[in-house]
Amino acid sequence: MAYQVSVFAENKPGKIERITSILANQNINIRAITINDSGDYGIIKLLLDRPEDGCTALKEEGVAATLKEIVAVKIGDKPGSLHKVAAILKDHAINVDDAYGFTVKPHEESVFVFQVDNPKAAERVLKEAGYQLLADKELYLL
Amino acid sequence: MYWNKEIETISRKDLEALQLKKLQKALQAARTTPFYKKVFEENHINIDAIKTLEHIKDLPFTSKNDLRLSYPDGMVAVPKKEIVRMHASSGTTGKSTVIFYTAKDIKDWADLVARCMVATGATADDVFQNMMGYGLFTGGLGLHYGAELLGCMVIPAASGNTLRQIQLMQDFETTIIHITPSYCLHLVEVIRAQEIDPYTLTVKKAYLGAEPYSEATRKKIEEQFGIDAYNSYGLSEMNGPGVAFECTHKNGMHIWEDYYIVEIINPDTGEVLPPGEEGELVLTHINREAMPIIRYRTRDLTRLIPEPCPCGRTHYRIDRIKGRTDDMLIVSGVNVFPSQIETVLMKFPEVGNNYQIILDRENNLDRMHIKVELYSKLFHGDIKEIERIKNKLKEALKALITINPRIELLEPGSLPPSEGKAKRVIDNRTL
Repeated sequence: MAYQVSVFAENKPGKIERITSILANQNINIRAITINDSGDYGIIKLLLDRPEDGCTALKEEGVAATLKEIVAVKIGDKPGSLHKVAAILKDHAINVDDAYGFTVKPHEESVFVFQVDNPKAAERVLKEAGYQLLADKELYLL
Repeated sequence: MYWNKEIETISRKDLEALQLKKLQKALQAARTTPFYKKVFEENHINIDAIKTLEHIKDLPFTSKNDLRLSYPDGMVAVPKKEIVRMHASSGTTGKSTVIFYTAKDIKDWADLVARCMVATGATADDVFQNMMGYGLFTGGLGLHYGAELLGCMVIPAASGNTLRQIQLMQDFETTIIHITPSYCLHLVEVIRAQEIDPYTLTVKKAYLGAEPYSEATRKKIEEQFGIDAYNSYGLSEMNGPGVAFECTHKNGMHIWEDYYIVEIINPDTGEVLPPGEEGELVLTHINREAMPIIRYRTRDLTRLIPEPCPCGRTHYRIDRIKGRTDDMLIVSGVNVFPSQIETVLMKFPEVGNNYQIILDRENNLDRMHIKVELYSKLFHGDIKEIERIKNKLKEALKALITINPRIELLEPGSLPPSEGKAKRVIDNRTL
């Protein structure tokens, strides 16, 4: 099981700076970041090596932050790598709400991160197809 | 030109004698209501001792809150079967202020409105397009009945749908419109955008009411539209529109003193001020069977103009409304108290206790913008959830105040805290 930290932020200069400074002070590493923008505000999604500590630190500073369960799956870094995973999800009629990805080793290994209604079911089908799911600890070790 | 020359030009002496007679009658009726019975008893008021108009000073004031506390019918002075109409304004904790009318009250109100319209030169030949909201709000139906009584053809257009309004004006050759000043400015712009010269339209007069505006705005409307604009004053507690209206001299609004006893008071002390001094307008309705209201504090700031008017009407005039003595806001003609908005916000645990109401005027239309903070403990990281909260808030507010506000969700801690004198309302509109 893996978690990302979702942060509510107004769409204004300096918001990422504030959040990253809190995380840097706690010596927390950001593996990936993505922002959902909705006009006046957005949701900043952070994949952290220590999501619980990061979330607590942000909340202590008055930031609206929450832990959100996500699915992180290790995939190749070649043409068609993501397509294979997408095909499995499609076959099981799993709808992806929000997704992002990052490369771990160029041309070899990357991670696909996504949000679904039922993360456990998604993890199960991917595991059955031979994929390696990453939990918080493994994300840290990447 | 008069609708009722005898009463409109009555001598001050006869008018005052008539007022006293009607006041005594209104007090007798008021005494039969649960609200005034209690008020008179608690304040040891013997209404039979009211022998001169000056004695009105001995009576306590009635406030908007008294109306709310008497909800729904604690101020009604007639049996229910005699009531033919009610109007209501939105209220704070779900309680509105409700006004009731008998058949005679409706007829008398229409008569008063006809008086106002004739004072501006209106006749049965006019085509009257009523662009005020119909429904519980008094603005629409109030002038509607008066215009019909006068014999005008009435177009009950209500507000909004500007292109259709223009079509109606062209097709039915509208000569008088009843409209809020801000909507009128918007209307002229839309007319021009349609490449129509406003001066070629048949409209000659506009009755502007339901919100405060300046003399400069009147001039602007008159010049851009090529019409005469008349200032109108009314409030549902005193029936609705038709309480005071300008005549063709356009210099203050004649307030119909055979229906209302007018006082101007110091809003802080309650002391009655001499004629001509600026203060809060206090009105006593002496011509309503269903619901007499004694010394109602309108919260509107104005002054009495006791000098005679060249039109020959002897009823005093009141000056343009200068402002309010409370925090009531008038947005697109709708009365809104910040407390009403606060009540709605407090029902949503997802938002914090701090808020800010920002009022702007865009393209001559009022815009309300409400800033609230997201309550961090109830944030679940979902953008759809936030949109849902925003929409729910918007709908709850619209249901209560009939205005569609823009909601802005802010991060926790970004608004000034609720303690002390936090500035809750920022009004960027200029009159």
